[in-house]
Amino acid sequence: MTPEPNSYPRLALGCRLNEKTQQPRVLHMPERALRLNGPSLEIIERCDGSHTVQNIVSELQQIYSKAEPQKVEQDILGYLTLLHDQRALDFVSGAAADKSREAK
Amino acid sequence: MTTAGLTPLALIAELTHRCPLHCVYCSNPQELEHRAGELSTEVWSRVFREAAEAGVLQADLTGGEPLARPDLVDLVRAARGSGLYVNLITSGLPLDEARLDTLVCEGLDHLQLSFQGAEEAAANEICGTNAHAQKLRVLGWLKERAVAVTLNFVIHRRNIDRVEDMLALAESSGAGRIEFANVQYYGWALANRESLLPSREQLDRCVEFLKRAQERLRGKIKIEFVVPDYYARYPKACMGGWGRKLMLIAPNGDALPCHAARVIPGLRFDNVKERSLREIWESSEAFQKFRGEEWMPEPCKSCDRREQDFGGCRCQALLLTGDAAATDPVCSLAPQRSKVDAILAAVNGAAAKSSANLGWIYRPNPT
Repeated sequence: MTPEPNSYPRLALGCRLNEKTQQPRVLHMPERALRLNGPSLEIIERCDGSHTVQNIVSELQQIYSKAEPQKVEQDILGYLTLLHDQRALDFVSGAAADKSREAK
Repeated sequence: MTTAGLTPLALIAELTHRCPLHCVYCSNPQELEHRAGELSTEVWSRVFREAAEAGVLQADLTGGEPLARPDLVDLVRAARGSGLYVNLITSGLPLDEARLDTLVCEGLDHLQLSFQGAEEAAANEICGTNAHAQKLRVLGWLKERAVAVTLNFVIHRRNIDRVEDMLALAESSGAGRIEFANVQYYGWALANRESLLPSREQLDRCVEFLKRAQERLRGKIKIEFVVPDYYARYPKACMGGWGRKLMLIAPNGDALPCHAARVIPGLRFDNVKERSLREIWESSEAFQKFRGEEWMPEPCKSCDRREQDFGGCRCQALLLTGDAAATDPVCSLAPQRSKVDAILAAVNGAAAKSSANLGWIYRPNPT
């Protein structure tokens, strides 16, 4: 599946980043952990349910402004899909996220 | 060899061997530790700190039944406080809602709930007690609280034809992961092997079913499947390689490279009461013994797969050939593969298929 640009990626249950003070930075998942480097950490830090896929793409395109913007987008979508298939990410639809904000 | 580049990634903390279940394939050793010999809360807390400092990322709190430790909440807090990801591997038996809430509140990240099957009577027969109904209650509590959970089903001859029911149970539970782990034959499982090892036909059907299920549930539920390695062409990379990724601390503090390592004669284990975790990792005789490739016989020594499977499982080599340094006999290239083939021939023979249950050998609950 390709992530919807307007959906909000959020770490799935049982997945979390280790603390900022810990090195190396990793994404903990049940039964495994993923070591994170620069771009992957930038992506995952934004998978907090308050950034849309589109937000993440544009922010990383700014950070990595020397890279081809289309390549950055492709890499991000590929990475998000991989994490989703690993059950590390949920995509909350735009409508559902609006609703939960209204409820608050 | 040196441990340069090798970091223990997970610490398997066998907090106790006490357990209200008597599973016929329990991975605990046949000589079970008694309560009096168990490590204190303080020593475990130090072990978690040393583990995090040595690079360990995850603590698997297991047993026996870890809930049998009255200080489990303190241990969860200590492990999480050290910066570890905390996974509780449990039968769910001595659990109530209040204790679950406290465990989650103190930082429990994930819980692995074991099931003996999807059908109550058959499941209870395998664990030798009435456990199934309580497991279903626990599953409900976990769902209500949105606690991350993996359902673990141990698969064998008696339940492998019911994986469909097990998957249905898991799908309705909201679990994010399901493990279908075929029994591996050490200790108690080895003693019950003739009643547990599935036939090839059963295994093929199960593999086919789970492949389709994995496809259908991709992105929804992660399905892990462990085959019985007797049927594999190549051995498993047992523990990710001896002394490469994992450390197991037994209830009395002995540091082991794997669950079954005590079966290997002459192997000397260091104890966390006497040495730091890092020292043990780097220089313990038991961890050094089969680390790297120097110990390997042919055909492993010159095999292209030696960095994938590390020669397979040392305990299995010992149990089936009498020599812990032999090539794992499940490997199709192993000189002693015929031993495994003979076992499979007996299980797949016409007589075996119609045979009645041979009677179970249950593991006892140490005091």
